[in-house]
Amino acid sequence: MPEPLLRVRGVRKLFPIKAAGWRTHAQRVVHAVDDVNFDLGAGEALALVGESGCGKSTLALTLLGLEPLTAGSIRFEGQELAGAPPEVWRLARRHIQMIFQDPYESLNPLMTVGEIVAEPLQVHKLATATEERRRRIMAALDDAGLKPAQHFMRRFPHELSGGQRQRVAIAAALVLEPRLLVADEPVSMLDVSIRAEILNLLADLKVRRQIAVLFITHDLGTVSAIADRIAVMYLGRIVEIGAVNDVLTTPQHPYTQALLSVVPAPNPRLRRQHIILQGETPDPVNLPAGCRFHPRCPVAIARCHQVDPVLQAVGAGHAVACIRTTELRTNTL
Amino acid sequence: MMEQATGGYRGVWRRLRRNPMGMIGLAMLVTAIGVALLAPWLSPYDPNAIIRVTILDIYQSPSPAHWLGTDDAGRDVLTNFLYGARVSLTVGFFASFIAVSIGGLLGLSAGFLGGRTEGVLMRFTDIMLVIPDLPLAVVIVALTKPSLTNIILVIGLLGWTGTARLVRAQTMSVKQRKFVLRARAVGAGNRYIMHRHIFPLVLPLMVVNTVLVISLAILNESTLSFLGLGDPATLSWGQMLNYAFTRGAMSAGAWWALIPPGFGIVWVVLACTLLGQGLEQALNPRLLTHHLAADRTLTSHRRLQPAPTSEGATPGNR
Amino acid sequence: MPHAILDRPPLLEVSHLDVDYVDPPHPPAAALRGITFTLQRGEALGIVGESGCGKSTLMLTLLRLLPAAGRIVAGSVRLDGVELLDLDARAMAALRWKRIAMIFQGAMNALNPVRTVGEQIAEAIRRHEDVTNRRALDRRVSELLDLVGIAASRREQYPFQYSGGMRQRAMIAMALACSPDIVIADEPTTALDVMIQAQILQLLADLRRQLQLSILLVTHDLGIVAELCDRVLVMYGGVMAEYADADTIYNGAAHPYTQALLQAFPDPTQPAQKLAAIPGAPPRLTDLPPGCRFTPRCPHVFARCHTAQPPLYAVTPAHQASCFRAETTSGGAHA
Repeated sequence: MPEPLLRVRGVRKLFPIKAAGWRTHAQRVVHAVDDVNFDLGAGEALALVGESGCGKSTLALTLLGLEPLTAGSIRFEGQELAGAPPEVWRLARRHIQMIFQDPYESLNPLMTVGEIVAEPLQVHKLATATEERRRRIMAALDDAGLKPAQHFMRRFPHELSGGQRQRVAIAAALVLEPRLLVADEPVSMLDVSIRAEILNLLADLKVRRQIAVLFITHDLGTVSAIADRIAVMYLGRIVEIGAVNDVLTTPQHPYTQALLSVVPAPNPRLRRQHIILQGETPDPVNLPAGCRFHPRCPVAIARCHQVDPVLQAVGAGHAVACIRTTELRTNTL
Repeated sequence: MMEQATGGYRGVWRRLRRNPMGMIGLAMLVTAIGVALLAPWLSPYDPNAIIRVTILDIYQSPSPAHWLGTDDAGRDVLTNFLYGARVSLTVGFFASFIAVSIGGLLGLSAGFLGGRTEGVLMRFTDIMLVIPDLPLAVVIVALTKPSLTNIILVIGLLGWTGTARLVRAQTMSVKQRKFVLRARAVGAGNRYIMHRHIFPLVLPLMVVNTVLVISLAILNESTLSFLGLGDPATLSWGQMLNYAFTRGAMSAGAWWALIPPGFGIVWVVLACTLLGQGLEQALNPRLLTHHLAADRTLTSHRRLQPAPTSEGATPGNR
Repeated sequence: MPHAILDRPPLLEVSHLDVDYVDPPHPPAAALRGITFTLQRGEALGIVGESGCGKSTLMLTLLRLLPAAGRIVAGSVRLDGVELLDLDARAMAALRWKRIAMIFQGAMNALNPVRTVGEQIAEAIRRHEDVTNRRALDRRVSELLDLVGIAASRREQYPFQYSGGMRQRAMIAMALACSPDIVIADEPTTALDVMIQAQILQLLADLRRQLQLSILLVTHDLGIVAELCDRVLVMYGGVMAEYADADTIYNGAAHPYTQALLQAFPDPTQPAQKLAAIPGAPPRLTDLPPGCRFTPRCPHVFARCHTAQPPLYAVTPAHQASCFRAETTSGGAHA
């Protein structure tokens, strides 16, 4: 099997908490990301789904080297990035770009659109000739759907709408012609009508430019427009992973089922039976024993308090971390 | 590049112009600077000319020959006042330049680098902050030769703590913002981020701060001079007050020897304060804070609208 | 009025409301035109549109909290038959929060970070009601927290100790402080996770049933409207695009804008489907197109659309749409 574009194995990110007093012996630790594995091929889109606090954004930051790993391996185009020297990272960052959630906050208010999009070229000292640089900036703006590009070059972010700002962020990511785009909640701050445009744009870039996309979101409703596969995360772990169709039509993990059930249906006739989980993701310091999901799980049994389930294949490329999967499936059939 | 980076500030002047208090402050400061620069042409006498003084020339009340009277040495008060502006403003500008440079550098480094560097720098700042400035300044000036340069250095070297804390706080808040993280994700290093993302957003605060530090420096210089620690070779406003007090202007009823320097000090301090506040408002809070924060101030200050009437319809808009 | 066929008189009745924003020397901008709707006791009405469609202006008009540039030019807002637009400032202030309360979006900004949640709720009660008895006040705060599902033991905590969902619950408790008849919820679930959003929507639905509360849900998200609302008012460019019961809106929309909004909505049960984005952006109020305000983005434009803003046509007595294409099916203009 050829090496995938991105190969993530056993990635772990722990944050030690500063002890309140100096007499505390036990070092307390936040398990932000805890043993995550997945592959991502060129031109493929993987949606990483979960509630805030599940570790999906931390995982993104480790992939970009913005947070050092505690353990594990990240291979990008066959090159190991975990613990790699800055030169290796510097080269890798030309090919891995990120888009952030808040288009109001992620653009410097004092820079023009042209300057923002030029920034990656400037940082990597690429396309240093004025004419060449200008051409690439215009092409990136054009690719991001900001047309005509000249019209936007000299504008400031506060003169643009939310959707246009997010397009500027996308243009700045595209200017280096990346192979992997990490998009952290790129549409959650936007109006629903604008979301569709941005999602379509990302989906289009994936197909036309063969850019792999890691799409991070809390909303299972937005993934179908772009993702090929879905990984559902809970408390630092992947609890279900599989092709979009499999996960959305036959979700196996109770957490996935709950997440899917609360996606608002755009029609009162299709109103689903909601599985509303009470409370919020527990704090990742004091992890529950056994399955991490059992305190909120609607179908937990006594054994779930003891056994920490591992991902097990339930179909082609579809894996679930729940000890009751087979049992529950045979019951419903 | 720098010029482009601050392109977002092109509206500042326009907004400042619409701020009456800020414009008054600016006009007052420009006047003071103008007076200082044009002193040789405005002054009726040469301050350095050797004059023969008779007893009658001392504390002469205002007259056509001496609009503001004469001082204890029979010199023209108006001339002293105009030349005093030069000394006071020189001290103000140079001392505040030193203070803001040191404070800015320390604040930016502490706020940006964080960690141990920040701990050490801020501890140092705290120590400097708790030592009372003025007594220390008095001691240092008393121990060194009281020259203008020494006074500038002492005021500058003691006056940076406020700036350092302010700049550090602003640096930290800018550093938290997402566009800095985005630049890091692109692969930008510390120097680039500081130069391109942090400094341009901290700069306006430093400009406002400088204006306010100028007034502080002028006050400090006046205090030192008033206490008799001024440069005896130059005559600042504080020095004029000192001479007037110690050489019997009070008992002679020579108010004209006291009021002009006091007026000068108040004028410049007020000018700086007004201009500082005006600049602060003009430096577009909308650009520097989050858009939602800006919206909130709008809604929370929403005024109830005057009795709405359906008859009040403006013709022609239906 | 066709939709007033419901037997009870409406709790809130808004008719032909026109609001301008004035900014001399520019001509006044038409922020709202001809807004007409009713709200029954215990009913939930969704007010839907993109940013800049006049939703916020409408809300602020109902509370008479328009910014200084806003002018109510014409129309009427009646609450239980009382004309709100005739009330003086004092009477209006007394009515605000006691009868119409509001849940703001962005709970973090709306709560004071340096005071406990309990104190802030108590203050909301004290500011509007004459409660002097300390114990009675304490009891009321506990009741309110209980009502929104916050443990009374957490009243002494500060907003930063609350999660996003908890803060939004606290905001709802504050809105309910004086037992209002109507709660205006302005994007109550924006910036919340879907699971927390579901919890908040469930809470609102429960409160509505329990307290006979009327809810005006203001949002850009047709999905959450489908979850909670009986009727829907779709706004575009300061005018009513479509007004009908929820089922009609979602299954028989007559206005192209409503149809477009629905098509832009992702449906997880149809993974392969490509989303249909609405090209362009809502018109600026100072720069309205001639004729129908939706023409620049509409897929069905014909000559007449450029001549005038279409009036509201009654497709059925309880379904109105302001599109010339709805004229043929209706018995004539409604407004």
